[in-house]
Amino acid sequence: MSELDIGILALQGDVAENFMSTMMAMNELGIDGSVSQVKTPDQISAVDGLIVPGGESTMMGQLSMVNGAMNALKEKIESGMPVLGICAGMILLAKNSKDRVVGSTKQPLLDVLDVEIERNSFGRQKDSFEAEVSLDAMDIPSFQGVFIRAPSVVKTGSGVETLGKFNEKIIAVKQGNILATSFHPELTRDVSVHKQFVKMVKESKS
Amino acid sequence: MIPLSGDLTKAKGVKSESVDSIDVTKGTSTLKRGFAHMLKNGVVMDVTTVEQAQIAEEAGAVSVMVLDKLPSDVRKAGGVARTASIRIIQDIMDSVTIPVMAKCRIGHVYEAKVLAEANVDMVDESEVLTPADENHHIWKWDFTTPFVNGARSLAEALRRIEEGAAMIRTKGEPGTGNVAEAVLHIKKVNDELRTIKSIYDSGDKQGLVSIAREFKVSFDLVEETAKIGRLPVVNFAAGGIATPADAAYLMSLGCDGIFVGSGIFKAEDAMERARATVLATTFWEDADAVKEAQKMINEKQSILGLDVKNLELRMQDRGGSA
Repeated sequence: MSELDIGILALQGDVAENFMSTMMAMNELGIDGSVSQVKTPDQISAVDGLIVPGGESTMMGQLSMVNGAMNALKEKIESGMPVLGICAGMILLAKNSKDRVVGSTKQPLLDVLDVEIERNSFGRQKDSFEAEVSLDAMDIPSFQGVFIRAPSVVKTGSGVETLGKFNEKIIAVKQGNILATSFHPELTRDVSVHKQFVKMVKESKS
Repeated sequence: MIPLSGDLTKAKGVKSESVDSIDVTKGTSTLKRGFAHMLKNGVVMDVTTVEQAQIAEEAGAVSVMVLDKLPSDVRKAGGVARTASIRIIQDIMDSVTIPVMAKCRIGHVYEAKVLAEANVDMVDESEVLTPADENHHIWKWDFTTPFVNGARSLAEALRRIEEGAAMIRTKGEPGTGNVAEAVLHIKKVNDELRTIKSIYDSGDKQGLVSIAREFKVSFDLVEETAKIGRLPVVNFAAGGIATPADAAYLMSLGCDGIFVGSGIFKAEDAMERARATVLATTFWEDADAVKEAQKMINEKQSILGLDVKNLELRMQDRGGSA
């Protein structure tokens, strides 16, 4: 059995990219771990940590309601399993979410991260951008942020730590076992963010 | 990370600005191709109205594609098929949170510019509409907005990528409700990828040069594609998908996701069918789940469909030789 098993929620989105980044992060840290794609409650219950990847949050929320993955996820995260939410994943973890143009929607959310999200906060695809961000609180002074129709955090609850901002908007947060970014670390070659997450999972096991 | 084979870093569509003295870059290949990566394992649905777009979103579509007429109606109507009304596209963008794509005619640079200015998330330079230029596709590197193009073969796919397409889909035969052509196209692309991969693995550079000449694309793009053994951009299935089982079948052939055109909103059970198609696409590896999805639809309400052998109009041939 390997030291760590990290799952990537594989309902939709850029699953393979997170798979690769997590493998590389484990490699660089010298951790003997495995990465698996998870869709069902049984698969979710078997992993030590989980990444909710980029994709479409509305779709992922609805699909995870269908097969019971939503409840399994919520329970497991509330009981302390480390989770990394990226872009759509950040939205899915949040308590509240509003679209910049459409406003409130009835989209299903996990309601485990005490923040309010503004979806498509920087605009539509034409305004998607790359920029260097600093995540000093994570010991990552510089990271190439890839923001694709990215959300931002507009309100944080008391237990939420802001890890990074871009242009006055909050783009990375941590609340206990929950880490979330509005940009896509898995689309770059830099696996620093994934390494931090792997470390979180490792610490939670020891 | 995403493969960037054939990337043109100094393209006109790449825009740099400064925000709070930090460099911000838009329109890069990472952003354009990355956008398509976020759609993977999802279903993009053709819609013509706000109501249909909302049904699609509620059913779990990852994006909607706005047209003036669904492909099967384009067939019936004849005449010239053009890009959809900008007002309808904007109304749809204001009423759904998922990305909105729209089609422009092959080669029609200004329909594409109009769509980009209207702020659609992706432009589909599509054979469903009447081509404006049979000999040239749009030079998509000039745009900050990403493009998707149809292809029937690896040669067509690589030519489109070389012009700047950030995503490829099979052409299939749109508006027929017949999945046969999409199956043919994805299998052909996969076969050709295997062939060039084996040429690459054998170290036969001259073999790759011959392929580049045959395909009419650069050697570098052929070599890099051969090396990774897959297209450097996301590849979806499109054209003739009508049922959940159709979608699952195409996923099993290695497609990254599905476009459904007339298959949903020309069926009489659109809402259920939209949902069922999403379920079958997500859970395609589980035959029992696909059965459950297939159970949600009634075959008597499927689009009737057309035999692709005797069509007066073969949309897939449009722009194919360019």
